[in-house]
Order: sequence, then structure tokens, then C-alpha cells
Amino acid sequence: MSSQERLLDRPALVMLGLLAALGICVPLLALALPATSALHVSTYTVTLLGKYLTYALLALAVDLVWGYCGILSLGHCAFFALGGYAIGMHLMREIGARGVYGNPLLPDFMVFLNWKSLPWYWYGFERFWLAALMVFAVPALLAFVFGWLAFRSRVTGVYLSIITQALTYALMLAFFRNDMGFGGNNGFTDFKDLLGFDLQAAATRVGLFVASVAALAGGYVLCRYVVISRAGRVIEAIRDAESRARFLGYRVESYKLWVFVFSAALAGLAGALYVPQVGIINPGEFAPLNSIEAVIWVAVGGRGTLYGAVVGALLVNYAKTFLTGALPEAWLYVLGALFVLVTIFLPRGIVGLVAKRRQGST
Amino acid sequence: MRALYLMLVAVGYTMGLVSPAAAADESTVASAPYVTAVAELREASYSRKAEIVRNLAELRHPGTRELLAALLEGNVYSRTSDGKVFIVAPVPAGYALTDPLSGKGAGTEPETGFEKVGINNALRRVIRGALAQFDLSSPDKGVRLAAVKEMLRSFEDGANAPAAGIAMSLLDTQLKKERDAAVKHEIETGLALASLGDGSPARRLAAIDALGSSLNPEVYNRLVTLSDPSGESDVNVRLAAARAVRHIEAWRNFYGVMEMLFFGLSLGSVLVLAATGLAITFGVMGVINMAHGELMMIGAYTAYVMQQLLPSAVGTSIVLAVPGAFLVAGLVGVLMERFIVRYLYGRPLETLLATFGVSLILQQLARDIFSANNRPVESPSWMAGSLQINDALSITYSRLVIVLFALAVFALLQLILRRTRLGLEVRAVAQNRAMAKAMGVRTGWVDALTFGLGAGIAGIAGVALSQLTNVGPNLGQSYIVDSFMVVVFGGVGNLWGTLIGGVSLGVANKILEPYAGAVLGKVLLLVCLILFIQRRPRGLFPQKGRAAEG
Repeated sequence: MSSQERLLDRPALVMLGLLAALGICVPLLALALPATSALHVSTYTVTLLGKYLTYALLALAVDLVWGYCGILSLGHCAFFALGGYAIGMHLMREIGARGVYGNPLLPDFMVFLNWKSLPWYWYGFERFWLAALMVFAVPALLAFVFGWLAFRSRVTGVYLSIITQALTYALMLAFFRNDMGFGGNNGFTDFKDLLGFDLQAAATRVGLFVASVAALAGGYVLCRYVVISRAGRVIEAIRDAESRARFLGYRVESYKLWVFVFSAALAGLAGALYVPQVGIINPGEFAPLNSIEAVIWVAVGGRGTLYGAVVGALLVNYAKTFLTGALPEAWLYVLGALFVLVTIFLPRGIVGLVAKRRQGST
Repeated sequence: MRALYLMLVAVGYTMGLVSPAAAADESTVASAPYVTAVAELREASYSRKAEIVRNLAELRHPGTRELLAALLEGNVYSRTSDGKVFIVAPVPAGYALTDPLSGKGAGTEPETGFEKVGINNALRRVIRGALAQFDLSSPDKGVRLAAVKEMLRSFEDGANAPAAGIAMSLLDTQLKKERDAAVKHEIETGLALASLGDGSPARRLAAIDALGSSLNPEVYNRLVTLSDPSGESDVNVRLAAARAVRHIEAWRNFYGVMEMLFFGLSLGSVLVLAATGLAITFGVMGVINMAHGELMMIGAYTAYVMQQLLPSAVGTSIVLAVPGAFLVAGLVGVLMERFIVRYLYGRPLETLLATFGVSLILQQLARDIFSANNRPVESPSWMAGSLQINDALSITYSRLVIVLFALAVFALLQLILRRTRLGLEVRAVAQNRAMAKAMGVRTGWVDALTFGLGAGIAGIAGVALSQLTNVGPNLGQSYIVDSFMVVVFGGVGNLWGTLIGGVSLGVANKILEPYAGAVLGKVLLLVCLILFIQRRPRGLFPQKGRAAEG
């Protein structure tokens, strides 16, 4: 590709157009139409769509590191969950005295566990701006420390995948502990409002949906910007031939670290949008299976394309919702088969398949 | 279990020895005090009965042991018509009677005409103590040891209790003729323990001296009391006791560490078992098999099915499950290799995803076939119980068996890889695929067999796991991360690394556990491992040379 590659190429324009349409139509259909109308979109559907969009943002983050930099992270949900926990802490503080125990300072689970005062790391989370900052800062910091250690020692390939999995597994075990001060097994739930808006209200849900659309669109453009930049091409070079890129004088570790941290922050944002919509965050989000599922979304859609990740996340999650409702037992078979079939027959994903068709026909 | 068995054998032996022969010539000469004592049992109060039991024990009349044993079991009845006391054994026709005076059978009579000679808990203890006095002269050292321990319990009431006096003199006599070191040691401990309550400080000091290295918990508790001003008035005794307590505590700590190391070793062997198969597929073939945990699950379910097929022979079914699991899991492994993995060689990340898909399918299959509930697999009797090394250290047989089993599997695998044609070809392909192919090795075939071998070992690990936990669809999941850690820690492509990695991780886990708790310990270990990988990205024993590239 030449250096003239545009920031908004055709797929990007299509993607942004579709997102804009979604961001305008869904709120209109949900709020302007009466509940009796056939075209009315229920709050449940809005929330579901919003959830898919946050998953798509997560998939985007995974695609950036895996598809473009060749770092197969099996622990990206750790960043996702950390972002969720950061916003969850704010939401817990927002409940204030309206909790079951009516304690204005301590969240319910702390009262229940006989905590006397707020742990130091909870200070300041009553301010939205700080929580919003932490949504990016905590995952980014973890990614920075982890990545700095890993890339500097040239841990690559499957070794890296396995230790990312160990990372999220360790975090899951840690967050399951009550002593951590993050609600243990149950995590955070029973949220009341965000920035003064009632989280149960339809309008708030629509607002969160629109925020998710905007975040996905913004994340997409940002990723696109990273990918077509000079650094982006170095990153692709690292994916294809790490040693060669290093011998050409590029500081491979720095590029990898930078992309990894950026991707982690993006995943954190996705988690922060996810939590207010589903209304709960618990250590189960750290489960290694979740992270691997995120990887399969990207694989199904087609990695290394960005829009493929979005398509994959939406399709697989729609299939999941549909199948777990219709045939609960079949879902794991389908997911398992997806893993096998996609890796063997569709190495470039659905997007690759479509592109191949087009090439064949012209 | 074993002690009980010995005891039963010994009791039967003593009965056989004493009752028919001795009773035959002495039936007519049952001494008068014995006859009165037995007759009195019927109507006496519980406290009076206790006295009678003690008297009987002192009389040492032939047949007393059987009578007391029967009394303890609640098998002594009195006939309502004439008040005669009998030892009874329930038979279909009623009660088979034995006359305790003569030791001879007295026919069988219906149950209705009899009344039980009742006992209570206090009396039970007295009887047990009295029985122990008889067992002290048993030819079996196991029975003698149990008897001594039983008699030591009578000192709990203090050295002045009536039973304690008798027990002391009996133990004294026994000590002089006792030959077995263990029994002798136990008696000495007991006597010293009794003298701890002696009036003279000098005797107490001597007793503390004698008990200084005992690990008996009873001794420890008594010494702790003695080191306290409220339990002891003499300051020298107190100091000596405190010294002894410190000494004992040091030894107890030492054995505590030994026990922890053994726990770690047994956990480590489980990890080694789980990781060895992975080390073969990952290390030798460069294939990440995420379905490894599910292959272990298959092995565990094989053990379960085998046990369902042979419900009466638990031991046999487990032994048969080992080759069975190897074959079943190995077959699944070969199928996986032929239909999936072989299309993905050289693309480790894709292999990882595809095998992960297989693991999801296998889990759901297990859920559909065996239901999501956990299935218990029984342990054979030879794995129950524990090996008592001393009062502070015992090793359960199940853990011991697992350790030995892991070592055996490991040794066998090394043998296969080092000494057989297959092993030679596997190593050749691992080192240089193209060259091996050029030399006529059928690499495809070797790949399938290697994968099958790794899967089969996973199946065997599953059988071992079935003895430790319940068998469920999620069995493999809980071990997969650990197994990967072991392989990565030990270094890929090196089975010795896996062995050392597994054992050290197991031991480290058990060392961290008491300080940090089970969960945090594991988290710490994972963090340490992540840091370790930074220092040595290719594990403890990295591959060298050309094979390391790629």
C-alpha cells in the first residue's frame, strides 16, 4: 500500500455511515414511537444492541494487537473488566445512602463485610471525571507494566498468549477474594444512576446506546488512524517479520508496547460502557474463556481489517443470544465448531470470504 | 483400618487360645470371688459395676476378657427366670448362650426371657481400660501398642484415679519384659506422663527430662500446662517444662515442614502428570493443545465408566482404567491430529484457537452424556488410610500412590522416547522435520502417534485426578492453566524441565498457602511466573541449537 492510503477508506465510510444511521434511528424508534407501534424498539433491545457495540469495541482492540501486531492476547477481557470495575466503583459511590444498609459512605458489600472505612483506592471515585480517567488509566497502566516486562524480554508467540491468559486468570482469582475490596464473588450491582440520570429509565439507556455508537465510531477512526500512520506500518512489519524490523533499526519493543497500551485503554472504555448497560460487573468477566471468545469474534469477522472485527463481534454475539435462547445446549457446540472451522477454512474470516468472492467475480 | 484388623485377628486369637482349652479344665473351679462378681453384675448400679469390672480385671480369671468384651459390645444379658448372667450371640432362633463361668455353650433360647446388662459411657471407658490390661500380654505388638495407648488415656483423670494406679503397676511390669522398641517407648512415655503428676518436684523433673523429645500431643499439652505458673508451683520444673516445650515445638515445626513438602510433592506430581502430555505435544511438536484439559476429563470419565462396569471390584477397575484411559484419550488425540491439527502446523496461534474449539465441544459432550453434575469415583481400599511415621507426621496412602504413579508414568515415557523406535522418530522429527523426512521417517504418521501419546498421557493423568476430585465436565479447565505454567516454567521440549517445574511449582504453592491463603497464594505464584518468564523467556531448561528457532 502506498502512503496515500486515506484515513476514511470505503469500508470505513460504510461503517461510519451505518453507525450514524444506527445512532439516529434506534433512539428515534425507541423514544419517539409509542410502545404499541410495530416499529418500536424496546429498551431491552436497545440495551442488547448497546452491549453488542461495546463487544465490537473490545473486538476492535483485540484486532489492533492481534491482526496488526501479531500479539495474540488471551487476556484482553482483563482490561475490559478493569474498565468496568472503574466505572462500577463510581456507580457504587453514586448509590450513596440509597443502598440496603443506607450507609452514605460505604457500599453495601463493605457494610456487609464489616468494613469500617473506605479503602484508600476508593477515594475520589465519587467524582465522575476521576472514574472516567481511571477507565483508561488502570487498564493502560497494567498493559504498560505487563507489556514493558514481556516485550523487553522478547516473550513472543504462544508464550505471550499463555502468560496473558495467566494474567487474566490471576486477576479473576484475586477479584474473587472479599478482602480485595471489590465485592468478591458478587462484584458490583444495584446501580442507581449515572451523572444524575436514572439507569433504569429508557432515555438513559438510549443515551448509553448512543454513547456506545459514538465510542465505537471514534475508536474505529482512531484505530484506523493508528493503522495507516507511519507507526502503523512499522507495526505491521513487526507482525510479519519481527527480527527483520528490529535489524532495520526500529525499536520493536516500544512500538509493541505502545499499541498494546492503546488497545488496553480501548478495551477499558468498552468495559466502562458495558457495565452501566448490563447493570453488573463481577470477577466472572475476567474468566479466560471470555477473552478467548473475543479472539474468536475477530477471527470469524476477519482479522487485520478492523471492520471485520466489528462484523464478527456483532454476528457471533447475535448468534449467541439467539442460540442460548432457542437451543441452550447447542451454543457451545456451535462456538466450538466456529473455532475449528474458521481457523481451518476461513483464515481471513467472513470479510476475507466476501473479498475473495468479489475478486473472483470481477 | 489396618490396626483394627490386627486387633480383630488378635482378639480372635486370644479367644481361641484361652477359652476352649483353659475353660475345659477350669470350668468346675471358677473361683468364688469371680462367681460372685459375675452374679452381681446383673443388679449393680453403674458405679458399682465399674468397681466390679476393676475387680474382675484384677482377678484375671480365665474368660474375663471375653466377658468384658461382650459387656462392652452390649452382649451380656441376664436370664429373668433365675438371674443367671450369660454372654449371648443373636441367632435366628433367639440367643445363643455362653456361660461366662465355664466358658461353655449353654444352648439357644428365645429372646424374650432375657434382660440386657446395661452400660453407660463412663463404664465403657472403665471396661476399655480393663480390656487394655488384658491386651497388654497379647503376643501381637500392634495389640499391645493399642492397649498401652488405651491405658494412657486413664491417666487423663490424674495419677490418683483408681484405674491409673493399676495401670501404672501393670505398665511397670510390662516394661521390664517388653522387647518391642515401639511399645517400650510408648510405655515409657506413659509412665513419665503419669509421674508428671507426682508430688515430688524431683520426680517431675526427671519425667520432663524423659519426655523431652516426645511428639505425643498429650505430652505436649501436659508440658504446656506445667510451664505455666497456674499449673505448676515449682520454678525449676516450670523452666524445665518450658525448655522441653520449646524443644518439642522445634521438632513439631520440622515435621510440619516435612509434611508441607510432601503435600507440595504430591500436588507437584499431579501437575507433572497433567503437564507431561502437554509437554510432548507442545514441546516436541510445537502445538498448543488447549483441549488437553478435556483429554484429562475423558480419562477421568473412563475411570468412572470402568467403575460402573465393575462395581464390585473398585481396585481392579482403577487399574484397568489406566490403560483404558490411555487408549480412549489417545484415540481422541489421534483423531484430533488427523482432522484438525495437521492442517495447522506452523501456525501455533491458529492451532491454539482450533483446539480450544475442540475443548468446548468435548466439554459440552461430557455434559450431554454424563450430565453437568459431578460424578464420584471410589478409591480402592489400598489407597485409603495413612502411613503413620510418628505422632507429628503421617502420609496418606492416596498421595503416596499418586507420587509413585507420576514417577512411574514419567519413567515409562522417558523409556519410550529414549529406547524405542517410535521415540527415536519422534525426537528426529522434533529436531529437524525435513531431514527426518528425507531419511524415510513417515512424519505424518509420527505426528499422529506423538499427539496420540500426549493425549493418552493426559488420559492417564485424568485417572489419577479422578482419585483426588469429583469427575465433572469442568475438570480439565481447572488444571489447564496450571499445566501450561509448568511447561512454560520448565522449558519447552524438555521432559526433565517439566518434572522439575511441576514439582517446584507444587511445593511453592504449598509453601505460599499458609502465609497467603489458597487463592492469594496461587495469584502470587502466577505473578511470580509472569515475572520469571521475563527473566527466562524460554523456561528453566531452554532448548538449544537450531530446534530453538521458529
